[in-house]
Amino acid sequence: MPILAGKELRIVGFLCNWCSYGGADTAGVGRFSQPTDLRIIRVPCSGRIDPLFIVKTLLYGADGVLVSGCHPRDCHYGQGNFYARRRLEALKRFLPIIGVEPGRFEYTWVSASEGQRWQQVVQGFTEQVHALGPSPASAVFGACREIPDEKGGPRVAV
Amino acid sequence: MSPFETLKEKIREALPGLDCVIGWRQGFDPLHATPFFMRAPEDVEKLVWSPLCVHNLSTYLPSFRGKKVGIVLKGCDSRGVIELLQEKLVERENLVLFGLPCSGVADLTKLGRAAGDLDRVSAVAWDEAGFTLATPRGEVRVARRDALADKCLSCQFPNALEADHLPGDPLPPATGPDLGDEELAALEAMAPADLMARWAAEMSRCIRCYACRNACPMCVCRDHCIAQSRDPHWLSQEDSPREKLMFQLIHTMHLAGRCVECGECQRACPVDIPILALRRKMNRVVRELFDYQAGLDSQAVPPLFTFQVEEANIKERKW
Repeated sequence: MPILAGKELRIVGFLCNWCSYGGADTAGVGRFSQPTDLRIIRVPCSGRIDPLFIVKTLLYGADGVLVSGCHPRDCHYGQGNFYARRRLEALKRFLPIIGVEPGRFEYTWVSASEGQRWQQVVQGFTEQVHALGPSPASAVFGACREIPDEKGGPRVAV
Repeated sequence: MSPFETLKEKIREALPGLDCVIGWRQGFDPLHATPFFMRAPEDVEKLVWSPLCVHNLSTYLPSFRGKKVGIVLKGCDSRGVIELLQEKLVERENLVLFGLPCSGVADLTKLGRAAGDLDRVSAVAWDEAGFTLATPRGEVRVARRDALADKCLSCQFPNALEADHLPGDPLPPATGPDLGDEELAALEAMAPADLMARWAAEMSRCIRCYACRNACPMCVCRDHCIAQSRDPHWLSQEDSPREKLMFQLIHTMHLAGRCVECGECQRACPVDIPILALRRKMNRVVRELFDYQAGLDSQAVPPLFTFQVEEANIKERKW
């Protein structure tokens, strides 16, 4: 039963393996109800996230992108999220020039124990993206074609 | 002796110890200069220096890596060299830098707009106030502001920042209007969906020739560009504005904190897509966040190559 009434949007989350993915797991184990618009992609570290992942995701059909990593100073690899913070902040300020509303991309820090906080982040971000509505990218560039992958199942064209 | 003659003399002196010296010569018509690789002393006579020497020659330097070469530089070109030195893509001891104070180069697109058809221009002359083009329908006068490249009107670095020879008196920074800023302000005032639609319309003209990439002094991956890699497959061969815009964004992201804003990408574009605006925006963000401009100091640490535990200009958002 979705928390938000109406049509679901497509939100992609890039979560670091050590903190935020664990935090999302904690939220699940704690049975906190969350909006179901978010699809999670697990990455080793927020420092692994090339800003182009986010650009491509937004341009090719996502209505919102959420990045979450370990809190600063808590990175499993020591420094990954410090580099990530610089890249992500630069990207966030750049995106409006191609017509992506600033609210469609957010980055934040959630630790593995913060299940409750993860629920709030997902809830807040999902509401924010719903307030913006579907991304203009699909209307402007056309919807991404569904093409069969090697195994025959549907998959979004890249 | 004029500064240009002095420079030619210096090049002649240096040439025996160098593989070649990169400069410009007269191109295929009166309006075009073309890059020129001087190898013999008699070649130096063909060297030209004019507002038509638009190319940023530092683009060629990485391909001469390990060889001793000389290069003639405008102020903006020298920033490209400094950035290449910073990234250790060229060695300073292998370079001889010949700088000249530059009062601005022509934007052929702007001249074309004034002349109608550039192919029919039979002669061009210039002075302090502007350009005079000889066309079949008579002489056309173009004022400086309407003829020079946007970057030159507000140029902050008219003299080569790093040079072994810099004849002539250094020029003061230009004080003209910052048209790039005005362009960005106009784009930022648009509604997001309209802005995206505008980019889609602009990019639909793109023929994916990659001239923007090839002209860029900082695009040093050459044959290993991820735009053409199959694994990872960032871009398909599909001919759509989405793919073309994605390529521009790849270029912009890979230039974050590196772009020297020489404007070669937009100048090289055969269909005049205003792609420099994207790089300008990224440069502005980098300047706001990290108080950094690329191509000024070959010893500086690029901002995305480092971090601070407490960032001065990045505020944590409450989520």
